[in-house]
Amino acid sequence: MSVEISTTSNGQRSGLAGVPLAVEPLNRKDFTTDQEVRWCPGCGDYAVLSAFQGFMPEAGIKRENTVIISGIGCSSRFPYYVDSYGMHSIHGRAPAIATGVATSRPDLGVWVVTGDGDALSIGGNHLIHALRRNVNFTILLFNNRIYGLTKGQYSPTSEIGKITKSTPYGSLDNPFNPLSLALGAEATFVARTVDSDRKHLTAMLKAAAEHRGASFIEIYQNCPIFNDDAFAAVKEKDTKAEAIIPLVDGEPILFGIDNRLGVIRDQQTGELKVAEVAEVGLENIVVHDEHHPDPAYAFGLSRLTTPGVLERAPIGIFRSVDAPAYDDLAREQVAAAAEKYDSDDDALQQMINGRDTWTVD
Amino acid sequence: MTTAASQQEDAVKTLDRVVIRFAGDSGDGMQLTGDRFTAESAIFGNDISTLPNFPAEIRAPAGTLPGVSSFQLHFANRDIMTPGDKPDVLVAMNPAALKANISDLARGGVIIADTADFTKRNLDKVGYASNPLEDGSLADYQVHALDLTGMTTEAVKEFRLTRKDAGRSKNMYALGLLSWLFHRPVEPTINFLETRFATKPQLRDSNIKAFRTGYAFGETTEVFAYSYEVAPAPMPKGTYRQISGNLALAYGLIAGARKADLPLFLGAYPITPASDVLHELSKHKRFGVTTFQAEDEIAGVGAALGASFAGHLGVTTSSGPGISLKMETISLAVMTELPLVICDIQRAGPSTGMPTKTEQADLLQVMYGRNGEAPVPVLAAQSPSDCFDTAVEAVRIAVKYRTPVFVLSDGYLANGAEPWQVPDLSGIAPIDPAFATAPNGDNDEFLPYKRDPETLARPWAIPGTAGLEHRIGGIEKADGTGNVSYDPANHDAMVRIRQAKIDGIVADVPDLEIDDPSGGARVLVLGWGSTYGPITAAVRRVRATGRSIAQAHLRHLNPFPANLGEVLKAYDRVIVPEMNLGQLALLLRGRFLVDVQSYSRVRGLPISLSELAEDLQTEIDDLGVTA
Repeated sequence: MSVEISTTSNGQRSGLAGVPLAVEPLNRKDFTTDQEVRWCPGCGDYAVLSAFQGFMPEAGIKRENTVIISGIGCSSRFPYYVDSYGMHSIHGRAPAIATGVATSRPDLGVWVVTGDGDALSIGGNHLIHALRRNVNFTILLFNNRIYGLTKGQYSPTSEIGKITKSTPYGSLDNPFNPLSLALGAEATFVARTVDSDRKHLTAMLKAAAEHRGASFIEIYQNCPIFNDDAFAAVKEKDTKAEAIIPLVDGEPILFGIDNRLGVIRDQQTGELKVAEVAEVGLENIVVHDEHHPDPAYAFGLSRLTTPGVLERAPIGIFRSVDAPAYDDLAREQVAAAAEKYDSDDDALQQMINGRDTWTVD
Repeated sequence: MTTAASQQEDAVKTLDRVVIRFAGDSGDGMQLTGDRFTAESAIFGNDISTLPNFPAEIRAPAGTLPGVSSFQLHFANRDIMTPGDKPDVLVAMNPAALKANISDLARGGVIIADTADFTKRNLDKVGYASNPLEDGSLADYQVHALDLTGMTTEAVKEFRLTRKDAGRSKNMYALGLLSWLFHRPVEPTINFLETRFATKPQLRDSNIKAFRTGYAFGETTEVFAYSYEVAPAPMPKGTYRQISGNLALAYGLIAGARKADLPLFLGAYPITPASDVLHELSKHKRFGVTTFQAEDEIAGVGAALGASFAGHLGVTTSSGPGISLKMETISLAVMTELPLVICDIQRAGPSTGMPTKTEQADLLQVMYGRNGEAPVPVLAAQSPSDCFDTAVEAVRIAVKYRTPVFVLSDGYLANGAEPWQVPDLSGIAPIDPAFATAPNGDNDEFLPYKRDPETLARPWAIPGTAGLEHRIGGIEKADGTGNVSYDPANHDAMVRIRQAKIDGIVADVPDLEIDDPSGGARVLVLGWGSTYGPITAAVRRVRATGRSIAQAHLRHLNPFPANLGEVLKAYDRVIVPEMNLGQLALLLRGRFLVDVQSYSRVRGLPISLSELAEDLQTEIDDLGVTA
């Protein structure tokens, strides 16, 4: 008999409930394949891979019950480097394929690895539908705000005016805010982290894995070749204190040098905005509630991300709410029907015969 | 036989076959009426063949030609192959229905028209200057102009329905009348109405009343000089039911999955004329069937492939335009060598084409519509009931050879119905999914692309199996290990191996059987898919003239049966009728260097058997042979 995780520390059904636990503790090497990793030197993908391989033994599930489905792009090479079951599929379609995997098998921990082009351009439709259905898997969106594998065209998260090979006069279209998009689809778990912050990244992976339903993590990931320093503001020592808005459940949302800044709610419009704590008073600073049932709150937080060249962004769990997962419901319907009606070979024969038969003697 | 009919024995004519066409507005319930008459006829023991024909618009403007919906049924005291070219009886619920169908009616045929809708306005709408029921223009036919709507309203007035709702039962009134006219059993329809409207007693009772009153009207009135008998058709012993192609396909998929002991996962997006398969499968969850209505065609096949990767039987169903969207994922299934069943219920194309009309012009799409060398086995069903066997066989090939498999059906098979001798499921051989359970390499390693030497199939190792962890994907695989490989020699080898695997399926393909009773035919007519009915009927007609002709029908379009080349070369002339511009003909010419002759009809309707028979006779006579 294998051991399974059932509930999380807060008593809710874990995202990994039903997945058998490893009998012997695993280590990161167990999750490392013999394949040579072929990302460019300095690529942020290495850090994410390393954090993932470091986290999986902690998740505790059996390696063979881990499945990673990716699309196409630099980040989507990820499954080749993790020694589990995996599929490097087609551009944009990983959430669709993973929906089939997750729905058919409750005993698998399923991860979707994708990038900003993969998930938000060609695969935008599958992403929003996977999120609205709340399929029990974790989507890791590596956002480097550029197309890397096709060698440097602007992406749906690139800032307006981006000069790239395909936009020598500057890009014209407004970028997606991936978290606003996910929250618009009423995703039940939405978080953001940064490739270079191993500790935070691991904490987000853990929270996402524990969440039952679709978990969506945007990972700010540096592309040193085609979009170097796109996230410098949130990474550089001298700027990050004023750039990162850390989200901690139950805590007032404060940031900046000596926590001089905070997030307040505009009484007129209801929007969330940044203010000097000294001016508005600590008592008016919004206390973060990641379990807030209305996605509008988390959406408001997502809008604090600067829309163009990145200067400021909230980091952490924006939203984590409990809701039925599509795959659980789908399996329950199948199980309930099998429970309620006969389903043996005779029953099947009966069904095929139908009610209006006649006999020729 | 009813009492009334036996009392007037002189007034009963015995016929061997009848073609009836019910026609009315899209909202008049003609499909239901036809369906019920079919069920009555099937239960009575006639052989049947049906052709529903309806517009894509749910409710086109009332009373207009584009809004006409019809259902044609051919029933006979013997084995029949088609729904018939020309109806003997036309039921026309309004002027549009008459106008749209009159040219098809056999001379001398019976017209039953509902006069209620033959108003000036409705006549004008379809361009009748005067009322054809009164102006003598239908003198060549036996016209029965009856106020069906009025009589129905009168019959159901006790139920105090609105005028509109009361009129709605007119299709049941018409059905009752026709049931009397052709001596059909009434119990199946009454049982049907009782079940269908179980929760709506008012509708149940009014429909049953309308149906019975229609029947009684036939019995008591002297409008009809004769009623007609069509004796049951001799059929092999067994239990029968009536079945449509889409239903048979759904049942075949469930049966195939059961035989493979695999849960079935359908990923699909609604599309005409395939949606009924999704509807049907979604009812049968108790048999381990999961149905996923995806956000689009791509997600439908993607989720199905994901389910296959996870060890279920992945299935996707669609029609031509949807298949176009799925092709990239089908390519991935070719590369990852996972079982997947793809059902293409073809319709008239290109693009949206004519969604409710039939065609078989997706053959080249399913054969070649992918990038790279991406061979996929292709099977085609030849009749509505044959969709069952074809689906089971597709599951068998998909699982045994770890490959996506196409099943081709079409709108004609999908909606058409025929009697079906229900198979005994215990007689269907089991299918072994043979999941990999242990490493297959020398050093206790797992090689996901190490093949079975006989079938060339790779192991199906599903997640959760310890020691067999592996990664697959769309990038070229190194032979054996399945690792990413850009090695030129490896790619060349893998392209050839994938092709050889599909070609090797021929080991499971029975030789093509030739039907040539005289043994001396010089002309072969070769078809595939739903043309089986019209071709067979045409061949019978040709033979009845004393001419010799051979017939063969392909179920396996990829790979072809091993003897096909020989067969083609054995005849002076090979004629290939298709509802496309010669797609199979192109494949045959390319593959066998045989000058086959294409016979194309692309009208959105089944090939006309009488037209085909005449043309085949001309071909034979051309050759100077009248055996």
